[in-house]
Amino acid sequence: MKLILHVWRQKNAQDRGRMVRYEVPGVNEHMSFLEMLDVLNQGLIEKGEDPIAFDHDCREGICGMCGFMIDGKAHGGFKGTTVCQLHMRHFKDGDELYLEPWRAAAFPVVKDLVVDRSAFDRIIAAGGFISVPTGSAPDGNAIPVRKQDADLAMDAAACIGCGACVAACPNAAAALFVGAKISHLAHLPQGQAERNRRALSMVRQMNREGFANCTNIGECEAACPKQIKLEVIAQSNADYIRAAFRERPETVVSGVG
Amino acid sequence: MEMVSNAPTGPIEKSWETHKFGLKLVSPANKRKHNIIVVGTGLAGGSAAASLGELGYNVDCFCFQDSPRRAHSIAAQGGINAAKNYHNDGDSVYRLFYDTVKGGDFRSREANVYRLAQVSVNIIDQCVAQGVPFAREYGGLLDNRSFGGAQVSRTFYARGQTGQQLLLGAYQALERQVGLGTVKMYPRTEMLDLIVIDGRARGIVTRSLCDGKLSVHFGDAVVLATGGYGNVFYLSTNAKGSNATAIWRAYKRGALFANPCYTQIHPTCIPHSGDYQSKLTLMSESLRNDGRIWVPKKAGDKRPPASIPEHERDYYLERRYPSFGNLVPRDIASRAAKAVCDEGRGVGETGLGVYLDFSDALKRLGRHKLDERYGNLFEMYERITGENPYEVPMRIFPATHYTMGGLWVDYNLMSTVPGLFVLGEANFSDHGANRLGASALMQGLADGYFIIPYTIGNYLASTKHEKYSEDVPAAKEAVANVNIITKKLLNANGKRTVDSYHRELGKILWEYCGMSRNAAGLKKAAGMIAELREDFWRNVRVLGSNEEFNQSLEKAGRVADFFELGELMCADALHRNESCGAHFREEYQTPEGEALRDDANYSYVAAWESQGARRPASLNKEPLVFHYVKPSQRSYK
Ligand SMILES: Cc1cc2nc3c(=O)[nH]c(=O)nc-3n(C[C@H](O)[C@H](O)[C@H](O)COP(=O)(O)OP(=O)(O)OC[C@H]3O[C@@H](n4cnc5c(N)ncnc54)[C@H](O)[C@@H]3O)c2cc1C
Ligand code: FES
Repeated sequence: MKLILHVWRQKNAQDRGRMVRYEVPGVNEHMSFLEMLDVLNQGLIEKGEDPIAFDHDCREGICGMCGFMIDGKAHGGFKGTTVCQLHMRHFKDGDELYLEPWRAAAFPVVKDLVVDRSAFDRIIAAGGFISVPTGSAPDGNAIPVRKQDADLAMDAAACIGCGACVAACPNAAAALFVGAKISHLAHLPQGQAERNRRALSMVRQMNREGFANCTNIGECEAACPKQIKLEVIAQSNADYIRAAFRERPETVVSGVG
Repeated sequence: MEMVSNAPTGPIEKSWETHKFGLKLVSPANKRKHNIIVVGTGLAGGSAAASLGELGYNVDCFCFQDSPRRAHSIAAQGGINAAKNYHNDGDSVYRLFYDTVKGGDFRSREANVYRLAQVSVNIIDQCVAQGVPFAREYGGLLDNRSFGGAQVSRTFYARGQTGQQLLLGAYQALERQVGLGTVKMYPRTEMLDLIVIDGRARGIVTRSLCDGKLSVHFGDAVVLATGGYGNVFYLSTNAKGSNATAIWRAYKRGALFANPCYTQIHPTCIPHSGDYQSKLTLMSESLRNDGRIWVPKKAGDKRPPASIPEHERDYYLERRYPSFGNLVPRDIASRAAKAVCDEGRGVGETGLGVYLDFSDALKRLGRHKLDERYGNLFEMYERITGENPYEVPMRIFPATHYTMGGLWVDYNLMSTVPGLFVLGEANFSDHGANRLGASALMQGLADGYFIIPYTIGNYLASTKHEKYSEDVPAAKEAVANVNIITKKLLNANGKRTVDSYHRELGKILWEYCGMSRNAAGLKKAAGMIAELREDFWRNVRVLGSNEEFNQSLEKAGRVADFFELGELMCADALHRNESCGAHFREEYQTPEGEALRDDANYSYVAAWESQGARRPASLNKEPLVFHYVKPSQRSYK
């Protein structure tokens, strides 16, 4: 099949950027979306044109490196799928598609479809962890964890940090990402000691990074390739409010910022 | 070249304890005066950087992805081994040690493997405390499964995302240190050379992948944890960015490269479908617990699987290995699949595939049970191939998966360049000629959490460290070297894309230095690679400039190194006139077609020393002595 692509081309952060039209003939239904772009890029290089930059690594839907908007939908909008795992059998001959990078103030464009998501790392550095220096842990079976809790923790921990939730959100909020980590650690007994502190620090850092507030629209849940549920946001809101009442200011360790 | 393993002697149960006691310590007040460079943020590098930061060292940490959380460890599905014996099924440190030495076909260092088995239990404790959501039983305790044909249940897992969860644990510990200021993280930054001053590793040269800026970073020690080199084959289960550049350039600066030809081919991957194929996807080995592998008895039988009656099917693993059947080790399963495809009995459009059939399991266990065990894998398979494994048997084929070879290290994980430490898949230690399932995650975390924090202190405490500035000649020379390579790549201005070269190199290696090898083929491959490499430098087309985000340039540098590494792999495979583990030389097999080791002549680690561009690498040998596990022929009949 043959596709028409309109791709956002932007040389670097300073460049203004624009859409450029490409034709991609010879697309095979077994290709992944990124393999289709590989084929286009090989052709561009042969013609002496700058290939399209896009982030990717594992191509198995787990590293969270890939991601861009296809026709305004994060990762193309197919249920539970990253763009590296999206196969061309979902498209048909003659389809015209528009590819754009994640759009969010906190994710500046690096080049073409590549953005800078380091804000997510800074949010984790602010409090998305359990403080347990190497070597200080008790036996793994010392504290039983209800299977149900372990399962809920795992559901939230499945987040791959790709940023689709932010890109899909009309407010460009990071509530699903932050909620997933807060919820993951809040479901485990090991996560209780720092629970309040974690909620406060992560949410504060999120605000500092320029992510807007969540207004419960729910686009993030629909866009999440790992199908993280909105309930993690409810959990983190509850934890944040509780922490705001209980935690003394002097014990709050501020994040890096 | 002198290679001292520093492996302790005496009773193996005590050797790590005794060795640790003998290691010098750096006092708490002095730790922050030491700068340590850690390249890589996978399980090995992430855990090392976090632990060293916690101890109070100043750490500079690097990765080429946009975040340390994306290292390829994230993709591991199956699980991580530990000798906890929580299931009372006869597991022990000794048994894990024994299985690993045997599984590696007696080509690893006993003392290292024993230590690995010992610290495996601490890893689980550490990860649980970090909040890794391992699978649990209803009583709230940790669940285990048996993996890769092991006879005990010692594999811990977190759904099909064990690597991801372990890595996130290490990543969070790492980010905590970043927040506390002990670790400075440099994402999207690639190490391109090692700086060696007065014979010691003292720094690295990096390139920012965003704007091409080269920087010099000094350290009192350099730790490489840059992963495996499976992408030398182009198609592999590794991530697209996985590469050998850091260890290869260290090799060129004097670190020895051990056993480069030991590469593991995993039997259960989704077959490739066309020339555009960019990578191969692993289907967890656990599928072999319930799936049955078969091909048609007749060559060229193109009927759909459902129309091939039972008596015209060949369940070749069950036939050849009645006691292990579909659960034989990876190397054996892979070679058997290749053999039936070579006979023209392969399935699917390309003829490079075998069936993995769940219809018997479906009858025996029912849909619900299968869904519970393999639901996510079946879904992934269907997403990629468009076929439902409940209706049509899965098609699988072997793919490059893991590299046992890597930089040579001593018991302290230090290479032959003092001050250069190598961890995780990037080093050669522990797995011999074949790695067992669920052991790589264990090794990465053992190295990073529990070994390097001790051994690096000993090095730092027993060495004097001068401070240098960027105009020290070794640093200037390393920067100049990187500039020369970049200019050459950009100025070649030829016709062919980097990918097309990489693909061709991969095909050569797969054909002649893959699942089975022979002397004539290896010689031929070495010649073909040399020719292709020369053509590459003349005729490659890398557009754009150094001073920008330039993915073709990144790739070109990595592929340039893969060419040289590929040649060394062939040389290593050619010199090893025996078959062992994943290294199968057709000339050396038993009458039944199994690997035939030659312990009298090849019971050693082959460590190659670079002699510069114009001369072949020279061979150094570390003899392997087995005091505990007596070498025997592996038998899975
Ligand atoms: C699909 C798949 C499934 C697997 N499943 C299992 C399993 O179930 N159980 C098991 O035990 N093992 C498994 N393995 C093997 C295991 O995952 C790896 O061996 C292990 O995770 C490697 O960890 P590492 O820390 O050594 O390297 P990696 O995780 O690969 O990390 C390498 C790091 O080095 C960085 N880097 C590399 N080069 C440079 C450079 N030049 N400059 C700067 N940074 C650089 C990268 O950015 C990255 O941070 C699997 C492997 C694959 C591919
Ligand atoms: S490339 Fe890793 S998730 Fe898509």
